[in-house]
Amino acid sequence: MAIEFELNGETVSLEVDPAMPLLWAIRDIAGLTGTKYGCGKALCGSCVVHINGQPMRSCVTPAATAAGSVVTTIEGLSEDGSHPVQVAWRELNVAQCGYCQSGQIMSAVALLERSPNPSDDEIDAAMSGNICRCGTYTRIRKAIHKVAEDQS
Amino acid sequence: MSELRKISRREFMKRTGQAGGGLVFALSFASACQPEQQAVGPAAKAAASVAPNVYVNMRNDGIVEIYCHRSEMGQGIRTSLPQVIADELEADWDKIKVIQAIGHEKYGDQNTDGSTSIRQHFDLLRNAGATARDMMIAAAASVWGVPAEECVAREHAVHHEASGQSAGFGDLVDTAIGMPQPEKADFKDRKDYRYIGKPMDTIDGMAFTTGGAMYGTDTVLPNMLYASIERCPAFGGKVVSFDDTAARAVAGVTDVIRMPDPTAPLVFNVLGGVAVLADNTWSAESGRKALQIEWDQGANAEHQSDTYKEALVASASAPGTTVLNRGDADIATDSEFEAVYYAPYLSQAPMEPPAATARVNEDGTCEVWACTQDPQTARDVVAGTLGLEKEQVTINVTLLGGGFGRKSKPDFIAEAAWLARETGHPVKVTWTREDDIRHGYLHSVSAQYFKAGMDADGKTASWLQRTSFPSIASTFAPGVTGPAGFELDLGLLDSPWHVPNMRIETCDAVAHARIGWLRSVCNVFHAFGACSFVDELAHVKGMDPKEHLLEMIGPARKIDPKDDGGEYTNYAQDLEKHPVDTGRLAAVAEKVAEMAGWGRELPEGRGLGIAVHRSFLSYTGAVAEVSVDENGKLVVHEMWTCIDAGTVVNPDRVVSQMEGAGIFGMSIALHGELTARNGAIVEGNFDAYPVVRMSEAPEAIHCHIMESDAPPGGVGEPGVPPVAPAIVNAYFAASGKRIRELPLRNAGLA
Repeated sequence: MAIEFELNGETVSLEVDPAMPLLWAIRDIAGLTGTKYGCGKALCGSCVVHINGQPMRSCVTPAATAAGSVVTTIEGLSEDGSHPVQVAWRELNVAQCGYCQSGQIMSAVALLERSPNPSDDEIDAAMSGNICRCGTYTRIRKAIHKVAEDQS
Repeated sequence: MSELRKISRREFMKRTGQAGGGLVFALSFASACQPEQQAVGPAAKAAASVAPNVYVNMRNDGIVEIYCHRSEMGQGIRTSLPQVIADELEADWDKIKVIQAIGHEKYGDQNTDGSTSIRQHFDLLRNAGATARDMMIAAAASVWGVPAEECVAREHAVHHEASGQSAGFGDLVDTAIGMPQPEKADFKDRKDYRYIGKPMDTIDGMAFTTGGAMYGTDTVLPNMLYASIERCPAFGGKVVSFDDTAARAVAGVTDVIRMPDPTAPLVFNVLGGVAVLADNTWSAESGRKALQIEWDQGANAEHQSDTYKEALVASASAPGTTVLNRGDADIATDSEFEAVYYAPYLSQAPMEPPAATARVNEDGTCEVWACTQDPQTARDVVAGTLGLEKEQVTINVTLLGGGFGRKSKPDFIAEAAWLARETGHPVKVTWTREDDIRHGYLHSVSAQYFKAGMDADGKTASWLQRTSFPSIASTFAPGVTGPAGFELDLGLLDSPWHVPNMRIETCDAVAHARIGWLRSVCNVFHAFGACSFVDELAHVKGMDPKEHLLEMIGPARKIDPKDDGGEYTNYAQDLEKHPVDTGRLAAVAEKVAEMAGWGRELPEGRGLGIAVHRSFLSYTGAVAEVSVDENGKLVVHEMWTCIDAGTVVNPDRVVSQMEGAGIFGMSIALHGELTARNGAIVEGNFDAYPVVRMSEAPEAIHCHIMESDAPPGGVGEPGVPPVAPAIVNAYFAASGKRIRELPLRNAGLA
């Protein structure tokens, strides 16, 4: 069955089983591989995308849920990597292996949209669903604060 | 908004298959980790070039292609390797292009483990850049008819000061083609370094932040099938029979294939099981769940972690095989103290589980794209699996979404290659998280026994240490019953303690799982045991732990374990060049204590703990400040780390490795434990196998890099070993309670 939604500013119609997790619909059918698999059980946050602006774990979100929605993945955050969160991530060299960073960035963007100047506690609460096995947490905190400072 | 795009899987493949010569990722791969095969694209063909060696290709359009022959898994080698080459070459940073090398012996050692990329290749990389530089100088000198000695290379050009002539590297390429390729060249003075020692930005930063970075799991080939494999719960077991009726009924499933049965030793071979293939990942996983399989659980079906723990502790508590002896460790002393430490099986659990894609071509050759730490071994294993010559196998190395030792084993690559040939399609094998945690190469469970004797002055007069753990060697040779020689290098035989009477013994432990490397390997439990025990001795003696640590390290001296009969190989490096230098270890202890404000007044309930360790030719130290919160959970407030890795190439990547090691070590201390029940690993995902999250991360992890012009030591692994003992020692300082078993979660502290 075809599921129609807006993906990174473009209307797409994906012919998938409605129960297929959005993660695999995005990766295997739409061909956007920036969104990552890490656990399949909403435990690690590597797969975070925005659905209607809300951060969602696409690995446990059926593709059918996206029907009629606006879905943004890391590829759609900006055309040229110029979103302030992406810029701050590069300025602080946050990434090590980089694999989890799509999900980290999508979670951070959602946090900053709802709380433009988050405290450490807010950051911890918003970002603790995103595991980074390389251990970049202290730089992620700094990068989020940097975005907040630069925009204030 | 643009027009409506209708995408079915078939249309997707058709669309992408028409572009980029049939390889989907040729379109997007340019942003990161471009494999060598794709380097011969239109841009490269347009430019004539000359390659002074296998690592450098100078193009006449001014671009310098640098082949990164080491795998990138977060340590930053794709940035620091070109830093070394570009520095000696006098190349401009914005005119270099990094190309990921395929697996090939022409590059020398490509096995990206043992923290070797800089420490074993620094001079080789400098020479690669310096010979390319001299070739450019020779070309300029011949054009100008001047002696080469009068020419200098600077800022991507060669200059002849006397005549005022200059020529860019690109303009000299056509002349250089066909000229002799120098094999050796002089290196720059340290004071003239332009990139080495500088915190250059990560070269893949843009790709990492835009979704353009391509990992093993991201490869897509035309007509590719996605495979998910159900493997026997117990290691080494095999399929008796299976019913795939329901699996084949799942939409998208194209085939179900029984994998070859595993045979001992398991090495890097396929692990058996049943593979479900489909036209997308989710269908493959769904089909797999519908399989009905009867297993023969095999020889390890009785393996239980609880009874195995008792056996290990008993083994370590009885005399073993002496591997180092100094004086008489059984000498009568004034008082004695003994303790046993235990640390469980661990999983590397990189965020990207193992994933590989293989294609067998019509001529029988095989091409692979994989997140491998060791592409040459992958090539050998694929060739062996398919009965090919290795010249018929090409291994393209993608980015690695973490490695930590897991991806130095190419078993998952062998699976993809075998299935590609069986199905006649390109196949991508993606391990689930549960596959990764249950069927990996486990970090050894271990028991460590210590006994110290104190003389009348309270000084440590004797030291007996026993280690017991199932060996990595058991994965490669059946019948191995205890620690192997190379494992004794890992934080055991180079014991730094200044004790006149010392004996170190190894004790038997039979393996019941595939045992493999995890970041810093046996150093994890050897440092946990030794640094905990030294801290315990401080309290026995009524001394400050840091002062006692320095007393135990003793005067600055160079240790050769061979003097005490230890067959020590020093991480394959010369002891003259890389000595076991207790002065450097003590300096790290002093520095990290100073950073943490050791001895300062602490709030009630807080404690500081310290540990230091030498591994992979580097010296590291950690201090943790901890307390226990109102829920009884341990909080690591702040961590201070120090590393003496000799000469460092990219200090920012060194700091990031130490920050990461702090978190990795915290996960070991607080959470990490795999449990075997009836031969199978119980834990399967990040719920049962937790790792440290943001909410547990310290407020700050500070790092100091010791200034040094010593040859480079390792960086990726050495930060890990001191972290767990520093935390355990800090918990003792805060609470007066000593924990001798990891993880602290089992004591209710996490």
